[in-house]
Amino acid sequence: MNLLAENLVSPVVLCFLLGIIAKIIKSDLSVPEPIYQGLSIYLLLAIGLKGGASLTTTPVSQLAAPAIMTFFMGCLTAVSAFFLISKLGKLDRMNSSAIAAHYGSVSVVTFLAAMEAVKRSGMDYEGYLPALVAVLEVPGIIVALLFAQSQSNRGSWKTALHEVITGKSIVLLVGGLAIGAACGPQKLVDVNPFFVTAFKGALCIFLLELGLIAGKRLGDVRNAGWRLIALGCFIPLFHGVIGVTAAILIGFSPGGAAIFGIMVGSASYIAAPAAVRIALPKANPGYYLTLALGITFPFNLAFGIPILQKTSILLHEIL
Amino acid sequence: MKTKLKKVTIIAEKLLRDPLVDLLRKHGATGWSISAVEGEGSRQNSTSDFEGRNVQIEAIVSDTNCDSIMEDIAKNYFEDWAIITYSSDVEVLRGNKYLGP
Repeated sequence: MNLLAENLVSPVVLCFLLGIIAKIIKSDLSVPEPIYQGLSIYLLLAIGLKGGASLTTTPVSQLAAPAIMTFFMGCLTAVSAFFLISKLGKLDRMNSSAIAAHYGSVSVVTFLAAMEAVKRSGMDYEGYLPALVAVLEVPGIIVALLFAQSQSNRGSWKTALHEVITGKSIVLLVGGLAIGAACGPQKLVDVNPFFVTAFKGALCIFLLELGLIAGKRLGDVRNAGWRLIALGCFIPLFHGVIGVTAAILIGFSPGGAAIFGIMVGSASYIAAPAAVRIALPKANPGYYLTLALGITFPFNLAFGIPILQKTSILLHEIL
Repeated sequence: MKTKLKKVTIIAEKLLRDPLVDLLRKHGATGWSISAVEGEGSRQNSTSDFEGRNVQIEAIVSDTNCDSIMEDIAKNYFEDWAIITYSSDVEVLRGNKYLGP
């Protein structure tokens, strides 16, 4: 319970809440698009650099197992989300596959919020986790789109894949990892005042904007129906617990396993929506955006993170 | 000496920006202007949250090219995408500039 309150009263979560409230009271507050875009470049590059620097101190042999596990998690969550949404959510194949692409991929901001929460509670975590975020981003989207392949034409498929693989989140994340790994921690000291010191503040403004967007979607959440709302809360926990368990079994620290679980349980809303829109233009964005952004993201931010943190500590003691 | 030509305007979700430019090029447009616009349409504009603002693309083209551009857009995009297109009469100087080689 303590962990729950501790997590809720943090600058990141409260800024998100402020964004939602601003939308509800119809405030004129808006984060200008170039600033939002600039911040997302900043955040992605910053975590790429940080993860890259820690890659230099991690032997490759230690990375292989987590990377392979992450890849399988991406595929597994896409498949399980597809069946959960189509069977329990009672949506058609096209829309289930569109939603599954979001749960198969990863939300970088949820990852960042989890990292901050774990850091705040004084737990340690593996420094190479950002590299795993890059691994988790793509496979789930591809697997999920396969479910609907018969219903879309091949041309749009190629464009969609191109969109995911060359999208800014992969380019900046992988690029940042490469730069960080090439330079190593010492050479990054020069850029740290910009990329490290201001990081949390930038994250707050980014969350404010996400709050504004989520606030705008509140009406859609009401229209989504209780089945989808329940699934939007259940899927991240279900996937999250699988992720935490797998991470602990291969030897992650409790903090690292908690962050990994959150990553696996999160739903992408930057890479996946663009790819899905192109590959499956007939799927309804009202479903997938509302689930990813209106339900799962706020749920993870407020409850998913502390719950999986607790789960990770408990499982670490048992296993 | 002024020539009468058509100005075709397309307003669409941002994701369609590149495919639409390709489409214009394919149908013989020699130039175009693109601006970011805000608005709402019959589809409630539900994708703009993650993509940013819509794009408005304008090109000055011949009558026949204008028709083929609009037909192509109608065929490929009207069903699934948030997009509108319309044409208007314009008078320009240096008319050949818009007609291509």
